[in-house]
Amino acid sequence: MSVGTYTFRYSTLHTQFIIDMSKHMNLTLKVWRQKNQNSEGKFVTIQANNIADDMSFLEMLDVVNEDLTRKGEDPIYFDHDCREGICGMCSLVINGRPHGPNERTTTCQLHMRSFHDGQTIVIEPWRAAAFPVLKDLAVDRSAFDRIQQAGGYINVNTGGVPDANAIPIPKRIADEAFESATCIGCGACVAACKNASAMLFVSAKVSQFALLPQGQTERYERAQAMVDQMDKEGFGNCTNTGACEAECPVGIKLTNIARLNREYFTAKIFRQEDVHA
Amino acid sequence: MLDSKVPAGPLAEKWSNHKFNLKLVNPANKRKFTIIVVGTGLAGASAAASLAELGYNVKTFCYQDSPRRAHSIAAQGGINAAKNYQNDGDSIFRLFYDTIKGGDYRAREANVYRLAENSVKIIDQCVAQGVPFAREYGGLLDNRSFGGAQVSRTFYARGQTGQQLLLGAYSALNRQIKKGKVKSYTRHEMLDLVVIDGHAKGIITRDLVTGKIEAHEGHAVLLCTGGYGNVFFLSTNAMGCNVTAAWRAHKRGAFFANPCYTQIHPTCIPVTGDHQSKLTLMSESLRNDGRVWVPKTKELAEKLRKGELGPNDIKEEDRDYFLERKYPSFGNLVPRDVASRNAKEVVDEGRGVGKTGFAVFLDFADAIKRMGEETVRAKYGNLFDMYQKITDENPYEVPMRIYPAVHYTMGGLWVDYNLMTTIPGLYCLGEANFSDHGANRLGASALMQGLSDGYFVIPYTVGDYLAGLGSFAPVDKNHPAFEETRKNDRR
Ligand code: SF4
Ligand code: FES
Repeated sequence: MSVGTYTFRYSTLHTQFIIDMSKHMNLTLKVWRQKNQNSEGKFVTIQANNIADDMSFLEMLDVVNEDLTRKGEDPIYFDHDCREGICGMCSLVINGRPHGPNERTTTCQLHMRSFHDGQTIVIEPWRAAAFPVLKDLAVDRSAFDRIQQAGGYINVNTGGVPDANAIPIPKRIADEAFESATCIGCGACVAACKNASAMLFVSAKVSQFALLPQGQTERYERAQAMVDQMDKEGFGNCTNTGACEAECPVGIKLTNIARLNREYFTAKIFRQEDVHA
Repeated sequence: MLDSKVPAGPLAEKWSNHKFNLKLVNPANKRKFTIIVVGTGLAGASAAASLAELGYNVKTFCYQDSPRRAHSIAAQGGINAAKNYQNDGDSIFRLFYDTIKGGDYRAREANVYRLAENSVKIIDQCVAQGVPFAREYGGLLDNRSFGGAQVSRTFYARGQTGQQLLLGAYSALNRQIKKGKVKSYTRHEMLDLVVIDGHAKGIITRDLVTGKIEAHEGHAVLLCTGGYGNVFFLSTNAMGCNVTAAWRAHKRGAFFANPCYTQIHPTCIPVTGDHQSKLTLMSESLRNDGRVWVPKTKELAEKLRKGELGPNDIKEEDRDYFLERKYPSFGNLVPRDVASRNAKEVVDEGRGVGKTGFAVFLDFADAIKRMGEETVRAKYGNLFDMYQKITDENPYEVPMRIYPAVHYTMGGLWVDYNLMTTIPGLYCLGEANFSDHGANRLGASALMQGLSDGYFVIPYTVGDYLAGLGSFAPVDKNHPAFEETRKNDRR
């Protein structure tokens, strides 16, 4: 990134407005550095000086990376894209908490004003057997994609579908399905869980379709296929500690897990024909 | 020299006639063709899923760790469709007309008419996929009016319509990945296009994990790679949207059209300093109830910037509600470009506010007085929370600060009516192409175009090209063009 260019452009034209308007702080970062999937990682201490309080957490890392690059060192690798809290690509366990200290906030929406001068910040990747570290702070979350591929859809082809208003759906149901559908697939729930369970993520998708009339036809097969895939990927069991709900940046509720359990056990206990009878 | 291939005949019959005249590939032969889809946003995911359903082999590429992260996900407002569910006089022709007019009469009419026709099918498709659109108490789909339209034709899922539509297309894509019809390459960036005898036959990619540079062959290549907003220093685009794919295609001979047609969105959270990495948009629905103003004098603005005065210290008679003053009939709801231009003007005059001076106020004090804080919270709560998270200011108490930002690019790779670029076999869909929005895009039309291109245009038009190739032979992986292009990219 050409932050240098920007500084030049702005500060020559508008110095009086831009320079030193924010509070600054010096921080000590303990960052997990790992060369690749096959190497051992370790914490490395990096000094982050002169950090403005209105920077986002990732902008702070950008600045640190500029510095590392200038010194000829490898910049810290982390995942991010939209930086507005919706794509689910950013991650990071910050001082022990997925997405950092603030409730309902993704790492990219976290700002440095939540930290103070002189603070030590420990930054780690998501830790879960099913999410192997690729490099530094980035993990491989393709297990989530495979769970969705196992059944996270309604079997319809493009074209030949009924009119959108053919089936009225009560607003209450539509709203509830929407709430479940807002999961951004970040994986914080897994990182927060002592068992590294993916139940909150899976239950969000299963719930969305279990609630909607469009999802009824394959309701139970879906729950079963997604849970089976989840187990295959090596995610742990749910023991109802609720850490996932507490750390989920979009507020996916534990009630989704209760619904998933019902769906799954119904699928297990009865054979398919009985369920539909 | 350029042939748009727009079919003859009346506007309303062009697409139906054209579909009939396009050559077909018989079902058993479709599986002999491989189609490369670059980008997995609305256009890419919908195209890949629909083509795979037809029987083609598809390879998708995205630079993110999952197809679901594509930046279509960040679209907030909604998606237009000429359903006329509200009985308020909407029609395909009206949506067509509004889109053409919104684009200052510079879009290609035939494409836009087709877009309006397809809009109704998109909503049906998305609902069938389980996209949880907003509904009324009676259980039918809710609509709102958007971007100054006179009719209520925008379908939405709270402020997250793009997310819900993309997850719908992603689910359709997943279904085809599961069936083995789509091979999805994630964390892969397209570096170049492979052209053999003038036809697009593959791409060169970089694996972003291993760094490996690879060649992939296909009978056609679809670029669904979004706009070029990030050529500006800051935009609302995602960090990884870097236009490499479209640019390299251009370097290989695909024409680029209307690059100056950039949409500047008026309601962005302003820049805070040199470290800023990107901008965050706030839905322009805020302008329905917020009033835009700056101080009347430079002196007062200066005091605000220095923090000697707060916005609430500025007396009513010292405020310039410049949009209401200059455009009394539209007030704060003037079109996006007008709102943006005027904000820049007052800032250039030295009347900008906020620490940097690059902002104007968007004030909800009157709305709160009129409707009560609870109603305002119900309507805009999410947006107010987001604003507070980023700025640390409470918009219920002090006016928001906003400033225009680069948001969408109407220009892009030139395509004909079939969405083919000037390189045969290379198609361009969604924001990446130039054809449907003219000089300025109508609100809630971006999602519509991405999905129309992917679900309902390309499945017809790509077959015509493939049938015309006259051979089902696989693309020769060992053709020297692959190695040459690959070598070119080891820089
Ligand atoms: S349930 Fe919440 S924490 Fe888990 S992936 Fe979804 S959004 Fe992230
Ligand atoms: S970068 Fe997209 S959610 Fe954080």
